[in-house]
Amino acid sequence: MSATFETRDIVVPGDVLYEGRVRTGENTYRNEGNVYATRVGLVNYGKEDVSVIALEGGFNPLVSDVVIGEVVDIELGQWLIDIGAQTEALLNIPDAVDQPFRTEFVMTRVLDVGDTVIAKIVDLDRKRTPILSILGPGLGRVSEGFIVRITPSKIPRLIGKRGSMINMILKETGCRVSIGQNGRVLINGRTREQEEMVVKVVHRIESEAHTSGLTNRIQEYLRKLKEERR
Amino acid sequence: MSKKGKKKTQWSRVDGREYNQLRPIKIESGVLPNADGSAYIEMGRNKIICGVFGPREMHPKHQAKPNVAVLRCRYHMAPFSVDPRRSPAPSRRDQEISMVMRSALESAVFLERYPRASIDVYVEVLEADGGTRCASINAAAVALVDAGIPMKDLVVACAAGKYDGRLVLDLGDYEDKKGQADVPVAFMPKLNKVTLLQMDGVLSPKETEDCVALALEGCKQIYEVQREALKKKYGIEKKPEAEQVAPEEAAEAEEPTEEAEKAEEDDER
Repeated sequence: MSATFETRDIVVPGDVLYEGRVRTGENTYRNEGNVYATRVGLVNYGKEDVSVIALEGGFNPLVSDVVIGEVVDIELGQWLIDIGAQTEALLNIPDAVDQPFRTEFVMTRVLDVGDTVIAKIVDLDRKRTPILSILGPGLGRVSEGFIVRITPSKIPRLIGKRGSMINMILKETGCRVSIGQNGRVLINGRTREQEEMVVKVVHRIESEAHTSGLTNRIQEYLRKLKEERR
Repeated sequence: MSKKGKKKTQWSRVDGREYNQLRPIKIESGVLPNADGSAYIEMGRNKIICGVFGPREMHPKHQAKPNVAVLRCRYHMAPFSVDPRRSPAPSRRDQEISMVMRSALESAVFLERYPRASIDVYVEVLEADGGTRCASINAAAVALVDAGIPMKDLVVACAAGKYDGRLVLDLGDYEDKKGQADVPVAFMPKLNKVTLLQMDGVLSPKETEDCVALALEGCKQIYEVQREALKKKYGIEKKPEAEQVAPEEAAEAEEPTEEAEKAEEDDER
């Protein structure tokens, strides 16, 4: 009945995290009375459970996630949108246009193939295909900006505790940044230089997501970047 | 005959190794930016690169399984990997090794978590020097972990065999061809389970047991290299710096996932 690692140690799949009975948290499983890791990540011994904060991992769509995707196809009454999940997501007409359906409605006037959208997952159907909606504040078609892709499991670090990291970046750079839970980050700035600065910062956060004291280090890094610009 | 191999004698292997010594091995993870996960392995003169894609939608769709994901492996030797040049078309041997790799890796992956999906493992042998199937499995296991695919354990593979009448570990190309037997073993070290056991050649029952035991010893050594490779991506050398950070900062950075997601909803939108 004991922990075999320290909190925030890097573990790999198959590592025994705990010998004895304990609740299994994220990215762990129980086998023959022991708790094992299933992903490479940082182990976290909570009060009641053992979990692993994954450092690698695909996007697992959940209801109410905000995602950034690209329209890849138009079918009868729905758009197919690539959000980087296992399957393409569906966007039905009633979730895209807030008005009664008319026969002369042209789907490509709302969204065309190749368009980028910010959407919200409103449902998962029985095949776990995400159903999207673009009705809501901040959602809809995107016409400009940079898109950066990072590992979806590192999105929480980009946001920081209670949004500390992202708010700091917004304040320091003056850009508008939209974060999709699927690992896509949309950056809108007044100048290209501002945008490039945020791109650099986002990549830096991705590569150092596993270290502690990240927000302060990123703040210093941002200030250094700003000084270089001058 | 075989037992003499275990005593230290004047006898030595073609490349001067001990009977239970591995070839120099190097693994690197995350080498291909376009793949979801990737690894590169050098095991002696073997040079193998591996990319993993998925879990992603299965194409053709009729091959998808409604309850589990399908693991697909493709083992391929580059035309320039051997002398003389080899045809790039997939051979019977390539097909066999692809199948063998799949079955060796399958039992370590939580396939039931991704119904209807496929996980694709592509292995390209750039330079071959005997024991490529074991080296490929080692690389593929690291690449799967690098892709963030949930796994029960790492899979590590190593061959042992009989050369010159003695049991030897990790046969090279010459030993493989001139030797009397070759036993590749894949193994999940933490779960203590064998996922692949093949044998080429002739061994007595006792020799077979010794051979497997020897291969498992090799596996355990390679396992440490795999672990190092996975951790190296996150800079173990950086770890002391991270530890110097004041404890309250460390506490601040704890459990970022749930809280941050909530915060995202509050603040971002």
